Amino acid sequence: MVSGLTVNERQRALVVLALLAIVGMAMAAFGAMRGDLLQVHGFVVLLFSLVVLAPVLKGYFAPEPPAERLHDYYDDPIKVGIILSMIWAVFGMGVGDWVAWLLAFPDMTFDAAWSSFGRLRPVHTTGVIFGFGGSALIATSFHVMQRTSRARLADQFSPWFVLIGYQLFCILAVSGYLIGITQSKEYAEPEWYADIWLVVVWVVYLLLYLRTLARRKEPHIYVANWYYLAFILVVAILHIVNNLAVPASFAGVKSYSAFSGVQDAMTQWWYGHNAVAFFLTAGFLGMLYYYLPKRAERPIYSYRMSIVGFWGITFFYMWAGSHHLHYTALPDWVQTLGMTFSLMLLIPSWIAAGNALATLNGAWHRVRDDAALRFMMMAAIFYGLSTFEGSFMAIRPVNALSHYTDWTVAHVHAGVLGWDALITFGAFYALVPWLWKRERMYSPVLVEVHFWLALAGTLIYVFAMWNSGIIQGLMWRTYNDSGTLTYSFLDTMIAMHPYYIARAIGGLLFLTGTLIACYNIWMTIRRPAPRAAPAGDTPLPQPGAPLPANPQPAE
Amino acid sequence: MFGTHYRIERKSVVLAVAIMIVASIGGLIEIAPLFTIDETVETDPNMRVYTPLELAGRNIYMREGCYACHSQMIRTLRDEVERYGPYSLAVESKYDHPMLWGSKRTGPDLARVGGKYSDQWHTAHLTNPRDVVPESIMPRYSFLRAAPLQTAHLADDLRALRRVGVPYTDEMIANATADAAAQASPDDDTAGLVKRYGDATQVRTFDGDKDTVTEMDALVAYLQILGKLSSAAHTPPPVQTAQK
Repeated sequence: MVSGLTVNERQRALVVLALLAIVGMAMAAFGAMRGDLLQVHGFVVLLFSLVVLAPVLKGYFAPEPPAERLHDYYDDPIKVGIILSMIWAVFGMGVGDWVAWLLAFPDMTFDAAWSSFGRLRPVHTTGVIFGFGGSALIATSFHVMQRTSRARLADQFSPWFVLIGYQLFCILAVSGYLIGITQSKEYAEPEWYADIWLVVVWVVYLLLYLRTLARRKEPHIYVANWYYLAFILVVAILHIVNNLAVPASFAGVKSYSAFSGVQDAMTQWWYGHNAVAFFLTAGFLGMLYYYLPKRAERPIYSYRMSIVGFWGITFFYMWAGSHHLHYTALPDWVQTLGMTFSLMLLIPSWIAAGNALATLNGAWHRVRDDAALRFMMMAAIFYGLSTFEGSFMAIRPVNALSHYTDWTVAHVHAGVLGWDALITFGAFYALVPWLWKRERMYSPVLVEVHFWLALAGTLIYVFAMWNSGIIQGLMWRTYNDSGTLTYSFLDTMIAMHPYYIARAIGGLLFLTGTLIACYNIWMTIRRPAPRAAPAGDTPLPQPGAPLPANPQPAE
Repeated sequence: MFGTHYRIERKSVVLAVAIMIVASIGGLIEIAPLFTIDETVETDPNMRVYTPLELAGRNIYMREGCYACHSQMIRTLRDEVERYGPYSLAVESKYDHPMLWGSKRTGPDLARVGGKYSDQWHTAHLTNPRDVVPESIMPRYSFLRAAPLQTAHLADDLRALRRVGVPYTDEMIANATADAAAQASPDDDTAGLVKRYGDATQVRTFDGDKDTVTEMDALVAYLQILGKLSSAAHTPPPVQTAQK
């Protein structure tokens, strides 16, 4: 990997890692002087830079890579990104299932601060959303931007900076929660220094994306790139605004949000809902719009539906966050706007899902035979279902029942398991043989097994949480004949117990499928490569050669 | 329309700028007025601020992720008002940086839990919830009792909060560390603390051990103040709020 970098790029890597190590040492020193947890994170940063330094030094004296490499795509960071993403998947889902069991059997843990539900829960959410999902988005975006632009990445250093730098953010986040560093904003828990680091990584990511698009040999920017671009740009806006805070000291981890009370709540859920929109939806729609038509070998059904869906999602989603605050101290007019736009949001969402499913017309026999494509189809179906459910739950009287209950948890997991994880697995099953130049996955049977485990796990999970959520919501508002509340809070908790067990079993099935995927990917990589590259992946047009027929559904 | 798009999608920077503009509109229209429309937050001249001990307890509440399972926002629904008390007003979390309204009730709402149970109950419950509520699924927080509270840098916390709008005085900031210790030590001189934070300040040995100020003291002090910083919710001003 490092031998593919030029000597100049290796030197740049050394400089960046040295700077990072110095920052780590400074954090450790200042934190130690203050007796603050910042010193632990200083050592984490230092250790991280040393761990990354090892392979750079090992490959440093390798000969300069041949110039012919510039005639091909740059795929090394994508390969590493896929492996990192799968590691995060196992970690994040493993912690998720553990905390699921904790809700049924609360003493099934260690007698230590780090192992309580409250600290582990953000480890799960960050591990799966940012670790698994984010790494998968970065890796696939590198692939999609090169293939749809028919251009090599703009340089070899920045993709590594983005991918590896992003891992440092995730590690700081997850390790922070375990030792008690959090700013408590849901899905934005990392403290100020980690937030600043993510901004640096993200700016490099955006520049890399734009620079690669600028090199494209296609006149049009393909729709998948619109979504990836929206993902990068809007996540940056959301991240910066929601994390505005004043640190208590620059030698300490603690910071205080710039906003308070109702304004903070609105900002937080504007962020929170649009993290769903632009991290968990836009980015993954980018994946869907490339890998599904590619795998089905069909052009996208409708160019116009792509346009309407994209701009509708980009515009409407940003209004919808206030539906998280129905009947709260948030002013009525904002609640009403949030509900209205959440309902309108269904239109572009279903246009995007319908466009994907209609693309499969004429390729349904492939869906039957090819589990990788079936993953993608099922993802589009779950995307359609959970966006319908989301709009429904945003209706105020429905929300009165669903809010604060497990129904929300069911909704989220229908989205992240059924949609985000399934499209990612489908994309990975297509990508791994392409990138490592194998004929197919090591075991198509195991891909089938994974598909059914993932589907069964998702359904068990979602049905369990639908039941517990609706039952609890109804019990909270049940009155007896004398006009008083029938159930104590404790009564409703006791009623949840069987559903919590069912949920944990559903999660375990899903996790098992993920472990099988890891084994299958690993064995695919280890299998000896055939002599000729297999068909499937788009080749980079060689200089002087005519461009092959345009496979893109531009019009 | 599609013809225009056919041209836009050939220019990456135009596309990027268009995305930023289209995506910014919703947030601007919904969030910016919350800072300028006066009716958004009710006024309460008697609103108290958190004492340093309560603030430290609040930070422990956040550190342990309590907000993941407990809301602090009673909605304007009949069953919630009857179960938890008067619905929450915006003014009550005016000094909460960040707010802890929460999004899930795996456990009950805590917006008005202050004064509902005794200190002894809270301490026993946090040490092992199943000792007092056999069916509880809450984690044990017994380690809080053994952890001495870090108070050395509380002045920095108050100063940072003042910079974002909480009216801490110079005197409060200067005495932050001493005030934190005094609130959990009723035998010491607590006159200064009460003078700075008001007569309603609760001065007790919250965890039952008067020799050391522990994280348990701070957390219980925070839980016991929840819903008591302002009495506005008990005499609601005439604001229009959704009623079910």
